[in-house]
Amino acid sequence: MKWLINFFTSSIGRKLIMSLTGLFLILFLVIHLLGNLQLLVDDGGVSFNAYAYMMTHNPLIKVVAYGNYIFIVLHAVMGLILWAKNRAAKGSTYAVKSNAKVTWASKNMALLGTLILAFIFIHMGDFWWKMKMDVVPYVTIEGMDHQVKDLYSKVSHTFNNPYMVAAYIVGLATLSFHLWHGFQSAFQTLGLNHPKYSPIIGGLGKAYAVIVPLGFAIIPLYHFFVMK
Amino acid sequence: MKLKLKVWRQQNNKDKGGFQTYDVVAEEHMSFLEMMDVLNESLIAKQETPVAFEHDCREGICGSCNMVINGRPHGPNSGTTTCQLHMRFFKDGDTIVVEPWRSRAFPVIKDLVVNRSSFDRIIQAGGYISVNTGGTPDGNSIPIEKDVAGEAMDAATCIGCGACVAACPNGSAMLFTAAKVSHLALMPQGKVESNRRAKNMVATMDKEGFGMCSNIGACEAECPKEISIDHIARLNREYVGSVFGGA
Ligand code: HEM
Ligand code: SF4
Ligand code: FES
Repeated sequence: MKWLINFFTSSIGRKLIMSLTGLFLILFLVIHLLGNLQLLVDDGGVSFNAYAYMMTHNPLIKVVAYGNYIFIVLHAVMGLILWAKNRAAKGSTYAVKSNAKVTWASKNMALLGTLILAFIFIHMGDFWWKMKMDVVPYVTIEGMDHQVKDLYSKVSHTFNNPYMVAAYIVGLATLSFHLWHGFQSAFQTLGLNHPKYSPIIGGLGKAYAVIVPLGFAIIPLYHFFVMK
Repeated sequence: MKLKLKVWRQQNNKDKGGFQTYDVVAEEHMSFLEMMDVLNESLIAKQETPVAFEHDCREGICGSCNMVINGRPHGPNSGTTTCQLHMRFFKDGDTIVVEPWRSRAFPVIKDLVVNRSSFDRIIQAGGYISVNTGGTPDGNSIPIEKDVAGEAMDAATCIGCGACVAACPNGSAMLFTAAKVSHLALMPQGKVESNRRAKNMVATMDKEGFGMCSNIGACEAECPKEISIDHIARLNREYVGSVFGGA
């Protein structure tokens, strides 16, 4: 057992946790986006509400959801620990800033992560918490023998508020920068590096970092500007 | 050429230290260290204490001429040490800021000289081959593929200067440790002990207070031997393999 504890408290072990939890979150975000794109369907929320009902009642999805919460917490807590340890290891910095070519995102992962965390609190507080606390009204969906929560109207209501739309855009831009560096970094941490495949992973990562946050951003923008 | 030098002066490890400004007249053909010699001679002539800086080979192989020049370890050029940096890369009238390596695991001894014995302890933890490999073997008696030999040789060019640590915002020694691990793990003589080596060298690196790798790549950009962070990926593989695969 001691060897396992030693591993997860070693520098490389800690980074492995960051990488694996980060990759899980990357996978989660794709699924999350695909489901949420139903918010763009102009059917008064029938398909989205049915989907939300399924997501909150399927036992398998519940297990994955709790795994997801644990991984976010683990990733955030470990990320902040790494940040503090790395600051302490550096001690002081230089009088002149280096102009070496490194990405801004790579040097500011903890700042970006903390902003994402703040966004997750706003996001979960507004939707997840209200679903849980049962303050979302119910609607009837044709073909279902019971009423379901009208999360669609809740979302639509939120996205009529320009401040919330702005918060979403900022949150998603932050995510984009985090993943601009994070995606390929996770593979490097795992030691998955290869002259043939690394450039492909790098390209995929940059595409992901742009397309996925953009896909999410379309939802509040569409509700605010088009569906009203 | 007339230069204004802002040099970090610090009596000892307890002293807080600070910048001192000096005027120096240098020639374009001088190396950066020769320019520093000119400064020191003028200080000695004025009965002042010369600037302490490390140097030995002055040809880019010993890894001791360590200083951060205008925010860049070993100065603005890539792939060179400070002793290989020439004054022709600066302009008449330039102000040059010179600082020591900064990282908690490299405490300042005096002025620009830092204590890099933490690197020695990482090497002592496994950066060697324990068996006697004998005299020079016949060429090709142990077949090693050209690409593999080339990669091991690239890693072996690390001179242990510590510019990687100095450049890293996290003060991480991963590039140095990775270069040593890679260099030996790729060779049949070194492969035998590779599990133990990766585990012990990483443990020592952590114990010495170096930071963790965020894959920023500042080390690779500043390494005078242009060692690639691909070696860090290999170290990650070696380490995880040694923990989960080894006994
Ligand atoms: C859904 C959201 C998130 C995703 C998809 C994500 C993904 C990633 C990925 C893939 C990495 C690279 C791991 C590596 O270098 O091996 C990473 C690094 C990091 N993440 Fe996140 N992350 C998210 C949220 C957060 C949050 C909320 C924090 C909280 C503070 C955070 C803090 C960090 C830090 C500090 C690093 C850098 C670790 C290092 O290399 O030293 N992340 N993230
Ligand atoms: S890896 Fe490069 S920068 Fe680091 S000690 Fe070796 S030669 Fe110096
Ligand atoms: S003095 Fe030896 S590398 Fe510069």
